[in-house]
Amino acid sequence: MQRRQILETAGALGALATTGLLSACATSGTGKGAKVVVVGGGFGGATAAKYVRMWSDNQIQVTLVEPNASFISCPISNLVIGGVKTMADITTPYDNLERRHGIRIVRDMVTSIDPEKRLVKLGGGGELAYDRLILSPGVDFVWDALPGMNAAGAQDKILHAWKAGAQTQGLRKQLEAMPDGGVYALSIPLAPYRCPPGPYERACQVANYFRKAKPKSKVLVLDANDDVISKGPLFKKAWAERYKGIIEYRPKHTLIDVDAATNTLKFDFNDNVRASVLNVIPPMRAGNIAVNTGLATANKRWCDVDFLTFESKAHKNIHVLGDSIQVAPAMPKSGHMANQHGKTCAAAVVALLGGRAPNDLPVYNNTCYSFVSDEDVIHVSSVHRYDAEKKTMLPVAGAGGVSTDANALEGAYAMAWAHNIWADTLA
Amino acid sequence: MRIPIKLVVAMASLLAAAAGAADTSKVRDLAAGCANCHGTQGVAQPGMVSLAGQPKEVLLKSLLDFKSGKRPATIMHQLSKGYTDEQLEQMAVYFASLKK
Repeated sequence: MQRRQILETAGALGALATTGLLSACATSGTGKGAKVVVVGGGFGGATAAKYVRMWSDNQIQVTLVEPNASFISCPISNLVIGGVKTMADITTPYDNLERRHGIRIVRDMVTSIDPEKRLVKLGGGGELAYDRLILSPGVDFVWDALPGMNAAGAQDKILHAWKAGAQTQGLRKQLEAMPDGGVYALSIPLAPYRCPPGPYERACQVANYFRKAKPKSKVLVLDANDDVISKGPLFKKAWAERYKGIIEYRPKHTLIDVDAATNTLKFDFNDNVRASVLNVIPPMRAGNIAVNTGLATANKRWCDVDFLTFESKAHKNIHVLGDSIQVAPAMPKSGHMANQHGKTCAAAVVALLGGRAPNDLPVYNNTCYSFVSDEDVIHVSSVHRYDAEKKTMLPVAGAGGVSTDANALEGAYAMAWAHNIWADTLA
Repeated sequence: MRIPIKLVVAMASLLAAAAGAADTSKVRDLAAGCANCHGTQGVAQPGMVSLAGQPKEVLLKSLLDFKSGKRPATIMHQLSKGYTDEQLEQMAVYFASLKK
């Protein structure tokens, strides 16, 4: 070995040490004894928690903080609203994470984070210390953009049903109670928001229910965007062929207020709309805990991250995943993508806590299925690869695409996708 | 400055081990991107094909045929185009090595 090589070797090790890659617990290479706290048990957080355990050979301690007793899936929840599936169909318990993977689950809300002391404070009064924090809080709503929604009782009457759970069931009940001949009005915010094709799928599912049970009723879609932002030609074809006279689509309708007392939607340039059932999907931003911790550096709405590690650009040792991040070009805010973030982040966290450099070339895909009826489905897919020069994930040219037409084979694959991603995230 | 040879050897093997681990985990990370549909470690839930423990040749032929368009598909012809032939081969080797 030449002296120059020796020095380079020593230098490389030195560089690893000085950049903090060799942490205090690096001796085993698995990060043994290191503490990871994960906040939020959705597609991003639960996946990250599971894979940190798996990929560290259960050497890293993982605590998952999640307020809900079980996981309720946003994907497939539109089918509950349409009456095709039940809440039980989209609900999965968290116990496998505990039993099979040894993750400690704390059923609580995080009230604050101290990035300097590396402490998480819980609503129940406790504190959790971490070496690395993985934050996957999903979205919260920008209610101030719709002043009337802050009136007493407004948020109980006018539902978003954009976080699967009580509101999913609540909206289903409102539709069941609506007399035939009524109008269901769905307001869609400007992109970016969680699940780009979700509102258009919901329009299909409600129309599918009306066609069967309330044929004189209408679905009115009021979209702030200039046009259908995902799978546009396929959704429009489904509306024309399957729901003619039921679904009416109006683009460029930016909602500015809601009068819950009179069920009225108010727009910036268009006439007011009154309807029997209002379903308002409000503008969104990163989950409150991310915003309150100062992580939402992009327009004060979304969290900028390093796409090799998902580490926040605002605070060291805090990683942010899923719908809360400022996405890379053409990267959707989807459950599938959050699951991929979870695995990429888990790999990076295990590497960093074990004193190794993270993977320098992440590649992962997105697939998103939408049900246009009980069983016919359309999809959009893409593959995303890290670009070292631009330091972001970019869609791979020539890969990905959409369905040729809605069909039942993709309906079967869509349900298989759901069962597999639920298992990959939670089992 | 004199560096003891034992230390040099130790440092070199540490670095080599780290490089090897990085390559292995890179393929593992790549393959984990398939788990959303094909299950954790390639063991799928009902309704989807399991990849774990399938012969490497079978997996690679399927992937390359999807990529070239020779084998029709609903979605795999689109996704396979996002990976290099080398990456597809690495994933085929990886899934073939996993337990069914």
